[in-house]
Amino acid sequence: MVYSETVTRQREDASLEENPLKAYVTVYARFTPEGDMEPLCLEWEDGRRFSIDRITDRRRAASRKAGGCGIRYVCMIKNKRVELFYEENYRWFVTAGTS
Amino acid sequence: MRTILHSDMNAFYASVELLYHPALHGKPVAVGGDPELRHGIVLAKSQEAKRCGVKTGMALWEARQCCPDIVFVPPHYDRYMRFSHLAHEIYADYTDLQEAFGLDECWLDVTDSAEVKGNGRRIAEEISERIKFELGVTVSIGVSWNKIFAKFGSDYKKPDAITEITKENYRQIVWPQPVEDLLYVGRATKRKLHTVGIHTVGDLACADPVMLKSLLGKMGLVLYVFANGEDQTPVAKERTHAPVKSIGNGMTAPRDLVNEEDVSLVVYLLAESVGARLREHGFAGSVIEIAVRDCDLYGFTRQKKIACPTNVTGEIAEAAMAIFRENYIWRKPIRSVTVRASMLVPDDAPWQTSLFVDPQKREKLMSLDAAVDTIRRRFGYHVIQRGLMLKDTRLSALDAKNDNTIHPHSYMERGNRVGIEELLTV
Repeated sequence: MVYSETVTRQREDASLEENPLKAYVTVYARFTPEGDMEPLCLEWEDGRRFSIDRITDRRRAASRKAGGCGIRYVCMIKNKRVELFYEENYRWFVTAGTS
Repeated sequence: MRTILHSDMNAFYASVELLYHPALHGKPVAVGGDPELRHGIVLAKSQEAKRCGVKTGMALWEARQCCPDIVFVPPHYDRYMRFSHLAHEIYADYTDLQEAFGLDECWLDVTDSAEVKGNGRRIAEEISERIKFELGVTVSIGVSWNKIFAKFGSDYKKPDAITEITKENYRQIVWPQPVEDLLYVGRATKRKLHTVGIHTVGDLACADPVMLKSLLGKMGLVLYVFANGEDQTPVAKERTHAPVKSIGNGMTAPRDLVNEEDVSLVVYLLAESVGARLREHGFAGSVIEIAVRDCDLYGFTRQKKIACPTNVTGEIAEAAMAIFRENYIWRKPIRSVTVRASMLVPDDAPWQTSLFVDPQKREKLMSLDAAVDTIRRRFGYHVIQRGLMLKDTRLSALDAKNDNTIHPHSYMERGNRVGIEELLTV
């Protein structure tokens, strides 16, 4: 039995309810002509927007806490350190305790 | 001397699922198929489940008997394929000679980068660290000068370990191991080797190659070469594939097949997939093969050369059914069926017409199949079906072509390049 991408996502979302440490968010990003991708701002579920002041680190990493892997951006938002992941399934999530 | 790594992601499916379900950490977890569809076996298990005695291939109920607290997670093949791809991207930073062996195993020939990075172990350590950090799963890596011992090394110590097998230590590490740990020593070969007193890899390495050849044929020499670490098989270049030799599909039916009509339905379903894949790749098959397994898991394979090479669904199915009728005696219900086409030729190759075949009708059947393929590509697989499929919608609900996307590999799919030629003259 193979689950399609959609079913996988539905299941991921369902398992999210049991995993409060992982929150998918909307991200506004800039793509440079060199092909770099830089998140500028993230939008919470309730519509609140937080602009990213600075990116201090960018590398591939797994998050054991939230469960997932992808490109990890360590961002400074209002002097707080936030880990933002561009997951291998092309969605963005932040790890909890950082909102 | 070459430097070859074999990297094996530990309990791959289970590790990926554990990463995605942090709440399950430290619990016995198994990835299992869907028991409703009778795919109810353990595909992979976590270390905790392994400790309770759960084995890959066990039925889910058996696993629960071994380990009452076990948690079953359904498999997500798309995710495993993405993880496998990410691992290959990491390997690609070290070499372009990388050959996948399934989703979770890979050989790397790092002879050239070993000079830059120091040595094979250094590279193995770097890869192991990166996979742990970037993908959140662990690997076991074997380092050696040939593919067989590299694989031995990755199996030697698990999980999250690096084993180096050198010309100095292989007699201590590899030789005391049971002979069946060697690739290509299955149940039958093991039994034959035991009759002549060969129990360990070392026994095999020290045996007389002439005797091995008379016992096992050419494979005897292959195994002799394997055991002595003299396998010359190169690591293939990344993104190259062995030439396709056959195209086949098989399935375990959601319920036992009890009469010819059931079998015919499943055979047509599989033939649809085999035919579509042949047409997609521009092939026609000259030999049709069918394999069946009864509910006691006993089975056989039979094949037959057909009059003219075909990729017509109806012809494949009829040929397969003809072989089935000739060979199966109905004593037990059937559990699984496989249909395969081999001796492939290009589908535009000229073919010998026959007095008993109407070429115009064949042309029509071919354009019919082409039309069905187009409809399915545009509107989905299930929008057009044979009437036969309506007899049992539970059986025909499966899409044999798109449900099977992971294919097994064979060590010699690119031919025997072990290097037994010198021995053959003995």
